[in-house]
Amino acid sequence: MNDHIGDLIQKRFTEKIKEVKTHSSHRVYLTVEKEDLLAVADYLFREKGARFVIASAVDELNQFEILYHFSFDKEDVMVSLRVRLTRDNPEAPSLSGLIKGAAWIEREMHELFGINFVGHPGLKRLLLPEDWPEKVYPLRKEFFMTEKKEG
Amino acid sequence: MDNKKKKVVVPIGPYHPLLEEPEYFALFCDGEVVVDVEWQAGYNHRGIEKLCETKSWDQITFLVERVCGICSTSHPFAYVNAVEDLAKVEIPERARYIRSIVGELERIHSHLLWVGLAGHFLGYNTVFMWAWKYREPVLDIFELITGNRQSYAMMKIGGVRRDVLDEDIPVVERVLDELKPKLEMLTQAVLDDPVLSARLKGVGVLTAQDIKDYGAVGPTARASGVAIDVRRDSPCAAYGLVNWQVITCQEGDVFAKAVVRLLECFESVKIIQQCLEKLKKNRGPIAVEVREIPPGEGIGHYEAPRGEVFHYVRSDGTNRPVRHKIRAPSFVNIPTFRASCLGQTISDVAIILAGVDPCYCCTERMLTVYDAQSGRKMMTGTDLVRLSQEKTEKIKQKMGKNG
Repeated sequence: MNDHIGDLIQKRFTEKIKEVKTHSSHRVYLTVEKEDLLAVADYLFREKGARFVIASAVDELNQFEILYHFSFDKEDVMVSLRVRLTRDNPEAPSLSGLIKGAAWIEREMHELFGINFVGHPGLKRLLLPEDWPEKVYPLRKEFFMTEKKEG
Repeated sequence: MDNKKKKVVVPIGPYHPLLEEPEYFALFCDGEVVVDVEWQAGYNHRGIEKLCETKSWDQITFLVERVCGICSTSHPFAYVNAVEDLAKVEIPERARYIRSIVGELERIHSHLLWVGLAGHFLGYNTVFMWAWKYREPVLDIFELITGNRQSYAMMKIGGVRRDVLDEDIPVVERVLDELKPKLEMLTQAVLDDPVLSARLKGVGVLTAQDIKDYGAVGPTARASGVAIDVRRDSPCAAYGLVNWQVITCQEGDVFAKAVVRLLECFESVKIIQQCLEKLKKNRGPIAVEVREIPPGEGIGHYEAPRGEVFHYVRSDGTNRPVRHKIRAPSFVNIPTFRASCLGQTISDVAIILAGVDPCYCCTERMLTVYDAQSGRKMMTGTDLVRLSQEKTEKIKQKMGKNG
């Protein structure tokens, strides 16, 4: 591959890529709108053959971020798609229809961050016990470790 | 699958000493054939990602070492890679060799552990005894060079915490020299055994497409012809400085997974031997000082015995991360059960489930079989292993072999 994969994606999606952060030649972070997430992910996963590694959600207090990490193993490049979600209604399209391996991590982000994934076939709990109270999301910043789960 | 049927589930356990992991599989069966698999986890969810937000950068190295007892160095390995990616730290050459030595010793002990367990599942308890016996000297080496048989505390942001002493190198070399013929014997015994072939070939097949769909990694991927290995693809530590090969097989069945793991042990021995040679000549420091972690984000991954371990860290410039995401290989390997178990018979399921070497951490495993019609509990994990062993016995008798 001659062109760096980060450049290829930018060329292909131009104005859909809102922000580019090239940390090094191995690490590229691209910000996209959530409406464009599926199209870009489809390009990376199907067309470019990237491996879906995992997604990381981050609570930024005023908003949520999800980073979808895609690995280009042959080129040793990790492309992370960054999506920003509002805090009052965190919602993103589900990638599980495109990538079977995304189903679990979306369930995890759903229960730990309270992010809704539209189009997920079974958005039930993955790790938390059944008696965990509703609407208590332990990986949100307002949840403190000393907090009683009943409270 | 009907959720009402799931409601009648009575968990067995909580301890099951056969595999290291607390998880729960519900197999829905139609007669002998598995028609659906459900998985429940979280029995050992300890909130380590949350806990990391309350620890300093240095403390986290020790904390993530406790994510898993078997691949205890892989998590700190990936973690220091992530922090070094964030802070753009180059580690000294000597530290590179020491990191790889620890990583590869761990791979040998972990693979041998798996071979032993797989042997037990199949009713080959001699294999179990052998493999674990040969694993023991590897743990002794760990004790010698790190002070611990498990949780070695060798990784450190900027290098390694402890040097490998000159006088210890010949001891390690001797143990490896002695280990190699034993590994050869074990590998030949597995490859040549007609019963094992009959039992494992064509069982629990994962195609390359399955691997891609689920994002599976490690020996699970490599046994299906998907040649990914973080050590080669994204060379950290000394992996770019020594000669070794990525082992792949094409078949994707349990036999292929066993072959990949066994052959990988030889590559690990090769890597360690070369690193030890380099250590004799390279006298530099073992770490650089990293005083502050700047704001930013970093990604580190490392090839654990079970596949890629992935760590993402974000810093706001303070002494603790604002977010630390950890993905263990089993998180992407376990979902492949839906591809590998369906349509197989119950007697094969124990070894298929064991085939990806599922592991996060420790303790128990629960396995229950349900009848698809009635939702009634039929079997426990122990029963499954017994079934598996009986099937091997039947094949042996058919072939005219004595147990």
